[in-house]
Amino acid sequence: MKVVLQNLTKVFPSRDKKSKDDVIAVNDFNFEIPDGKLIGLLGPSGCGKSTALNLISGLLRPTSGKVFFGDDDVTDLPPENRGVGLVFQSYALYPHLTVRQNIMFPLQNLKGTARLSREEIDRRVLEAAKLVQIEGLMERKPGEMSGGQQQRVAIARAVVKMPRVLLLDEPLSNLDARLRLQTREEIRRIQRDTGITTVFVTHDQEEAMSISDMIVVMKDGVVHQIGKPQQVYDDPVNLFVSKFLGTPPINVFEGRVKGGALFIGDERVLDVPGAPDGPVWAGIRPEGFIPQADGPFTCALSGVEVMGRDVSVVCRHPACASAQIRAIVSSEIRLPEGATSVRFSLKPHKVFLFERDGEARIRLAGAKG
Amino acid sequence: MNKENNLKGWLYLLPALLFLGFFMVYPLVDVFVYSFEEGYNSASQTFFGVGLYNYAYVLHDPYFLQALKNTFILVIITVPLSTVIALVISVGLNSIAPLKKLYQTVYFLPYVTNTLAVGLVFMILFKKTAYTDGLANLVLAWFGRGPVDFIDGPYWAKMFVLCFYTIWVVLPFKILILTSALAGVNQDYYNAAKVDGTSAWRIFYKITLPMISPMIFYLVITGFIGAFKAYSDAVALFGTNLNAAEMNTIVGYVYDMLYGDSGGYPSYASAAAIILFAVVFTITMINLSISKKNVHY
Repeated sequence: MKVVLQNLTKVFPSRDKKSKDDVIAVNDFNFEIPDGKLIGLLGPSGCGKSTALNLISGLLRPTSGKVFFGDDDVTDLPPENRGVGLVFQSYALYPHLTVRQNIMFPLQNLKGTARLSREEIDRRVLEAAKLVQIEGLMERKPGEMSGGQQQRVAIARAVVKMPRVLLLDEPLSNLDARLRLQTREEIRRIQRDTGITTVFVTHDQEEAMSISDMIVVMKDGVVHQIGKPQQVYDDPVNLFVSKFLGTPPINVFEGRVKGGALFIGDERVLDVPGAPDGPVWAGIRPEGFIPQADGPFTCALSGVEVMGRDVSVVCRHPACASAQIRAIVSSEIRLPEGATSVRFSLKPHKVFLFERDGEARIRLAGAKG
Repeated sequence: MNKENNLKGWLYLLPALLFLGFFMVYPLVDVFVYSFEEGYNSASQTFFGVGLYNYAYVLHDPYFLQALKNTFILVIITVPLSTVIALVISVGLNSIAPLKKLYQTVYFLPYVTNTLAVGLVFMILFKKTAYTDGLANLVLAWFGRGPVDFIDGPYWAKMFVLCFYTIWVVLPFKILILTSALAGVNQDYYNAAKVDGTSAWRIFYKITLPMISPMIFYLVITGFIGAFKAYSDAVALFGTNLNAAEMNTIVGYVYDMLYGDSGGYPSYASAAAIILFAVVFTITMINLSISKKNVHY
């Protein structure tokens, strides 16, 4: 079931009626989620991701705009009639019910012609439990289970009624690092097995990049970029998106374009054909640095961190917007002992230019971007 | 070292232990002892013998049996009724947004009002005098009934007023506890239920009720104990001569045996008090065992 958001806007009126500080949590969303795909809604805390999710679920009514499931306009439908499964950040498992009773709960709500027989309910519950691999824990109460197991139960409860759309609100934020890795693979597998169109909300870009078919990057209620994870990473539309994706984060420099070349400090570091003259932000991905004895870009060396396969070279530069520059280079490259500075050449496709005001991407002439 | 620390610990506890010992444990033990001393005279501090005569006397005293009956009726009617009414009002309060604060205050006012003053008001509402039949009878008259003298009239009318009054007095505290318990239930549970299309009744029965069940049982247990110890309510409504009004309670009987016009019998009073203790203890134990089975997490 594809999901279409059309001019979707949600405004929360300010508590204080006199002031006019209404909060626009979701501002004019227009995008389509293709059938059977896994979509990551990504953005920093408070950017309106959960509000967007709740607009899709129907728990919130939009101020304006429409939501379609397939060709059906569901904007005015209450959540129970939309056929959505929702997994809460807190899981919201009923603590007084066993796992079986929790998963069964949505099915027991069905009435009239949709009503299921006892056998049918038992069969579907077992099926859902098997899908998330908790069929051995059916008589436990949520309090007697680990966070990861509770998470699975919550997913089972959401998929047992075979929803048209599955929504996950920060599904991994309560898990420890190792479990988070495991569970995100698990979510990916469950989504593939069931083929349910899935939207999940996260502030963790790594999480979103690793399992989504498509990511939606948003900030302050506004969608900044939509696309395949790798595509968004390789071709960010503005400074915010470039900074938000990637660990370690992109290195941002105050630069200047003059005569088709990028200058950082006094050094002419890269040819940028087609870029207009003037001050710019230059974003360089950590993997965009190549240490080279005669490279054009000189940084003061702070230290080298060996991380097994890669080496992280930590440097400083007066034009850098942050205190540290982090370059990821292959461990086969050796820096001279006792060096106080290091020279780099730059990979052109790992360097992005943004306008100093407005922070929009400056496209270069030529093949890329 | 360890032993010294132990001694120090006891030393620090000493003030509390002394207070508790003097004012809680000693009187309890003393009441127990009195209840077995036959013909105890508080002036001469003498008694004839030791035995169960005090209990036999109390259990054959028609006044005590009347008080026992009154207390049980009061408990059985007011505890469940007040808890259910409080639950209904709390759920109502919790589901309205405007004026919620105002209503909460209104419902809580009786709690901070003096029992005897409220009793007087109730007396005016229900009492039939030579000049007026009272407000309650006015209402009854609309339905073509009455007038009934609720204060000096038939037994059931007086019991009705006592129960009505008791429920009214205990409601504020129960509403306070239940509204805060309801407000403490995570909104996610309700959202999850809503997304799953759960009916309002099923949400209440399957989610709300289990979630606040610990608080409900707390109210039932303390409600039982409070109702068994009722006394001032009856005095406020029917005056101090409760035996004549057939409205005495067990605590009232104990008081009468000590200080009433026919009083001065600490042994009988002690025996009655011990019987009350046994009753309350038994009921509380039953309550706890039921709650263990039914109160979730």
